[in-house]
Amino acid sequence: MTGGSLAAALSEIVGARHVRTALPERVTYARDGLPTHRHVPGVVVLPGSRDEVVAVVRLLAALGVPFVPRGAGTGLSGGALADDDAVLLVLTRLNRILAIDPKNRLAVVEPGVVNVRLSAAAAPHGLLYSPDPSSQTACTIGGNVAENSGGPHCLKYGVTANHVLSLEVVLADGRIVQLGSPGGEPWGPDLVGLFVGSEGNFGIATRISVRLLPVPRAIRTLLADFSALRTAGEAVSAVIASGIVPAALEMMDQSCINAVEDSVYAAGYPRDAAAVLLLELDGGREEAVAADAETIAGILRAHGARSVLSAADAKQRERLWQGRKKAFGAMGRLSRDLVVQDAVVPRSALPDVLEAIGRIAAAYGLTVSNVFHAGDGNLHPNISFDGRVPGLKARVDQASGEIMAVCIAAGGTITGEHGIGLDKLRYMPLLFDGDALAAMRAVRRVFDPDERVNPGKVVPVHACREWSGLRIADRGLRIEERGRSLAQSAIDNPQSAIAPRGAR
Amino acid sequence: MSLVDRVRALLGEDAVDVAATRDGVPRVAPGSPDAVALLLGTAREEGWRVRVEGAGTWLPADAPADLALTTRRLDKVPAIEPQDLSATAEAGIGCDLLRQQLADRGTWLALDPPGLAGRTLGSVVATATAGPLRQGFGPVRDHLLGVTFVTGDGRLVQSGGRVMKNVAGYDLTRLAAGGFGAFGVIVLVHLRLRALPRADQTLVLEGSREDLAQVAEDIAAAAVQPAAHELMSPALARRERWMLAVRFAGSAALVSAEEAALRAATGGRFTALRADEAHALWMRAAESFATRPVTFRVGGLPDSSDELIDLLQHQVGDEWVSASPGIGAIRWGGETTVDRLRRLRRTLAGLEVPLTLERAPWPARAAVGHFGAYREGVGPLVAGLRRTFDPGEAFVVAVEGTE
Repeated sequence: MTGGSLAAALSEIVGARHVRTALPERVTYARDGLPTHRHVPGVVVLPGSRDEVVAVVRLLAALGVPFVPRGAGTGLSGGALADDDAVLLVLTRLNRILAIDPKNRLAVVEPGVVNVRLSAAAAPHGLLYSPDPSSQTACTIGGNVAENSGGPHCLKYGVTANHVLSLEVVLADGRIVQLGSPGGEPWGPDLVGLFVGSEGNFGIATRISVRLLPVPRAIRTLLADFSALRTAGEAVSAVIASGIVPAALEMMDQSCINAVEDSVYAAGYPRDAAAVLLLELDGGREEAVAADAETIAGILRAHGARSVLSAADAKQRERLWQGRKKAFGAMGRLSRDLVVQDAVVPRSALPDVLEAIGRIAAAYGLTVSNVFHAGDGNLHPNISFDGRVPGLKARVDQASGEIMAVCIAAGGTITGEHGIGLDKLRYMPLLFDGDALAAMRAVRRVFDPDERVNPGKVVPVHACREWSGLRIADRGLRIEERGRSLAQSAIDNPQSAIAPRGAR
Repeated sequence: MSLVDRVRALLGEDAVDVAATRDGVPRVAPGSPDAVALLLGTAREEGWRVRVEGAGTWLPADAPADLALTTRRLDKVPAIEPQDLSATAEAGIGCDLLRQQLADRGTWLALDPPGLAGRTLGSVVATATAGPLRQGFGPVRDHLLGVTFVTGDGRLVQSGGRVMKNVAGYDLTRLAAGGFGAFGVIVLVHLRLRALPRADQTLVLEGSREDLAQVAEDIAAAAVQPAAHELMSPALARRERWMLAVRFAGSAALVSAEEAALRAATGGRFTALRADEAHALWMRAAESFATRPVTFRVGGLPDSSDELIDLLQHQVGDEWVSASPGIGAIRWGGETTVDRLRRLRRTLAGLEVPLTLERAPWPARAAVGHFGAYREGVGPLVAGLRRTFDPGEAFVVAVEGTE
């Protein structure tokens, strides 16, 4: 089938205005939130309903065409990018909040619902949706499910996986499956848990049921500043060991502080501090939160904080948080290009790892700014650079690799919330051996035997050890069956121009 | 060479105990994850059928098999990191021993699974049996940072890690937790811990089930946030009437404020227990489920808890019931028949409520299955995953029944 006839077939399903074929239109989907990867999709299709998603997926299955599900495109791993031989399936039109059930504290949404919109809709019931990625004003719940997104408040309340109760999923062949149960108890093995964070490789979630939490009645926001990065890192461990779990515990270093203070998001962070910690305590009881905040402030002072500021009112709290949430945007001012990293280390390793990152930055002559979820040990060292300078990008890549190696050596991992996508593929063999990678690939093929959904992401195929679960004989048989099915379909419908992948 | 001789040649003389099991199945106790992998790789080659055992106090050790693989010698705790609030433990460690080692380092695993105190960590993870603390701290999977398991063909698969957040690759930990051993033998577990609570208070109220259900609603409406909030049947609570037990755990300020809120919401009707009384209450309730021949759990919506207990009462009785009305989870224990279990599962499936058979004698497990009556499209996925991780069908696990 030619690109034109594929587009025509897609247009019949979703309407011509929801199929993008012109290059200037497709180029707008060539990147996600990470500017370092660029892939222009062959066709972009925007279905408007679950039934349209099913019809599109079945068409693509019949044609053997790979496809990539995409939400708002705010991801930071190159995960929602499609090549020229693939269809980008954009889910932003599936944006209905289908139900909010205050009594059972849950909501049912379509995947294109923007994260912050759900909390806004739940607010009149005194409820909120807890996972709060920095991109929450734009990112979608479907994208959050695919990436198992986190956010500052995940320290106390958990990441996306902790909040998804059940899923309706369209598999690669267009079959619909219902995973989990309305109350959140797994129905059989925990397939919801397996699906969340699978980066679109297992199918498309078309209906998502999530848990809502009560809006906390009491909140205290603290800003502690430190004269050394190491001291701030040590204070993080002291807070965690206290037994009081803050809702959020974020750290910004001096480079990041200055970037924020130079921007329109200036929050009043002390520019001379080597690092600041932004902490939030919340709960249902004013007196308990106030007492816990006092305890934490004491711990921070005892562990080297020069000062501890408590936000006086909601306005000041919002300002302190805006500086943190817009820090990535503010760093865009530092230089033309930015590599956003995402690694996790044991919390007690933070002081050593932060110092090691500083040494790597110095050795490569690069500017690294740290803004991250310190309470989880989830680092975001960001490298600012100008990609037009010859050789600089290669240095950035080398430095990134060294930073990752340091994190892994400290017992950490290569991504805490951004996902593998394309960006981290090269690091996967550093973390997992051939058997673990092969197991992942074999699981993926249970959901998507042809590996057609979001191909080339998450698992570096070359590094997989041979896995008996990938049965060559079975695969051959299945391909033959599909061939027969396609041939029969062509006989039944001579007008349809069914051709194998790559013939477009 | 006989099976026993072959295993002895592989793992050493002391790894096999021929006369240990009631049914005469040789029991093999590998001393390391690698030894488990070696054994299962050989089982795959030889076509041996393997049942997996922990301490033998939860799931009956009665599945028909060529050998019983016990994790008992995998009982080390390689790491407890109080500053990181994480620990790494082998699967065969008893929960009581682990709890003590964690407490010595000021840390706490916020899980209170049903069963005897010496039940192994691997058993709790493999069957995902959380107890009343699931109300405040979540199900078993929320306490796991990663696991290492050995597949049916002897591959050692590492999943997750030992840090607090991790989205590198697919989350196979979720598959292993609650998979009832169908996808592999869990050998090593990385745990998310909490600091030992500075204050821990349990309060109880006795009354009719109807009365206590209303109290439970009042508690939810007042946004009281307990660590546990459990409705127990009289037999389970060893009282004359039903009991609602509420537990708060955390900082002294938190526990004090929540207790005050509970009293305000319920007219001061609850009685606070002493620490030893509270310990005895929760421990007895957990152990009681190990003394009934059959245990299952159902998971509904919070506002359906009362109706679900009615349904259980009608179909299988309600003598041994423990329910978390705040999250819709119910555990049932007692004696019943295969037919009743099947009928109940079908009825519940019609209400979109899953029934997971946690423990029963092998004939009942084999007939009913731990899981069943799946929702649309799930069966083929589960079958595909089983083929992936146990291609030779080495593990004797009653994943689904025979209906």
